[in-house]
Amino acid sequence: MLPMPSQSPHDSNAIMVSGLSFFYGKHAILTDVTFSLGEKGFIGLIGPNGAGKSTLLKILLGILHPSSGEVNIFGKDPREVRECIGYVPQHTVVDPWFPITSKEVVLTGILSRKKVLRRISSKEKSQVLRSLALTNMTKFANTQIHTLSGGERQRVLLARALVGERKILLLDEPLTGVDAPSATELYRFLKDLSERMLIILVSHDVGVVSSYVDKIFCINKTVHTHESVEDSLSNLEKVYGCPVDLIAHGVPHRVLRDHTDDNS
Amino acid sequence: MTIAELFEYTFIRHALIAGVLASVACGIIGAFVVTRRIVSIAGGIAHASFGGIGIAAFFGISPVLPALSFGALSGILLSLLGKKKGSLSEDTGVGILWATGMSIGVLFLSLSKGYTGDLFTYLFGNILTVTVRDLIGLAILDTGIILLIFAFFKELVSISFDEEFAEARGLPVLMLQIILFFAIALTVVVLMKIVGIILVIAMLTLPSATAKRFASSIKKLILYGIAVALVDIAIGLLLAFRFDLPAGASSVLVATVVFLLAQLVPRHLH
Repeated sequence: MLPMPSQSPHDSNAIMVSGLSFFYGKHAILTDVTFSLGEKGFIGLIGPNGAGKSTLLKILLGILHPSSGEVNIFGKDPREVRECIGYVPQHTVVDPWFPITSKEVVLTGILSRKKVLRRISSKEKSQVLRSLALTNMTKFANTQIHTLSGGERQRVLLARALVGERKILLLDEPLTGVDAPSATELYRFLKDLSERMLIILVSHDVGVVSSYVDKIFCINKTVHTHESVEDSLSNLEKVYGCPVDLIAHGVPHRVLRDHTDDNS
Repeated sequence: MTIAELFEYTFIRHALIAGVLASVACGIIGAFVVTRRIVSIAGGIAHASFGGIGIAAFFGISPVLPALSFGALSGILLSLLGKKKGSLSEDTGVGILWATGMSIGVLFLSLSKGYTGDLFTYLFGNILTVTVRDLIGLAILDTGIILLIFAFFKELVSISFDEEFAEARGLPVLMLQIILFFAIALTVVVLMKIVGIILVIAMLTLPSATAKRFASSIKKLILYGIAVALVDIAIGLLLAFRFDLPAGASSVLVATVVFLLAQLVPRHLH
């Protein structure tokens, strides 16, 4: 465990996690996770499969509850601050053949417990249109989603996550099935957004993520944070538990390593 | 015999009105059954409802409330099963409720004294013997279904499209699921007289599956589903009358043919 950076009482922590553990039956998915994040920034969350990345996101969303430890978002329980958090789930969750238009998808982002049995206001309708404009999807507003490309569908899901005034954005592998140019465009978009809000992106694509994010969290049951992106990358082996070859941009050191043997 | 002459028969008029009322239920509920892929759950609720019919026959009371209770109870049990990720899967639960409901129904029907010729009617429907009282009952049930679904419409669409996201938004997913399953139980009671319990699944699936090919939104899916169901039931009714065939089965076969024909039509891109 690395020593925690000192926290003054004036630190405006958006997310504070302390001693978080999560068990699925007897299985430990997360053990003793502790970190804190400020109100702005672009954080990459990487790690091998089954390491607990999606679980951590779900705990931050209030869908799953910690077995032990504390999670505070803006000083409150995650379930109380749902209005502030935007979420883009893994793409496999969504059925592209569902009869729904882009505008209707984004509209579901407005819904909450408070809106049950209440009509959608015109202010909310214009929020939907604004979100579509922000992600450049206005011309697809009334198009059924199955006619869109993978990248366009992801932009719709992003618009859905951003509708309203979100302060934190959580994305779970948002770029699977998206072609490289669209992915780059999306990363740049997120990078710009991160100047105004906190963005946490879960990704397998270590190399590309590292070019855009400010910080990398490596997760394998527990979370390793580092002072710099370069530091994170050179510690990847520890996280993945095997020698890691990767190609990264903008990182001064050479990161292609010799394998001493071919077994991990 | 011309169409006009046909309409002079009271029972034909009643049957057609019943068909319209049933189509409304099919179109609305079928849209969610097909897009949420809960066809087997709907089947489970339908067959479990039969237990209520047996109980009603045994006590000599109207089958509506007992059938609805059995159906609603199964719906609630299946919702809870789906939520808990335990060793009993929702799929197994459906099988158990399906078989148990049917068995209870058959058992109590066999124990019933008096007229049980209704057994065939409950299993396979008999739209040609619909009375005015039945029509009023159907209208009330339809109103219930319409009110429930449209009150929670935007939330039901949300959980059908992306349940995980809806949960993250804090929507009461379990409650909405139970509401939907209760509406299915209501629809089963509506369709009992038209096609019978055994074929309820068909009318909850085929018209909406046909309509899905052409619908770009859930609202359109509901409207087109109602239209297709009405065509299926009307043609089935006419065939039954003309050739002295069971109306329920005829409607279902028409529904199948219509579905297959629809697959030949090129998809409309909106």
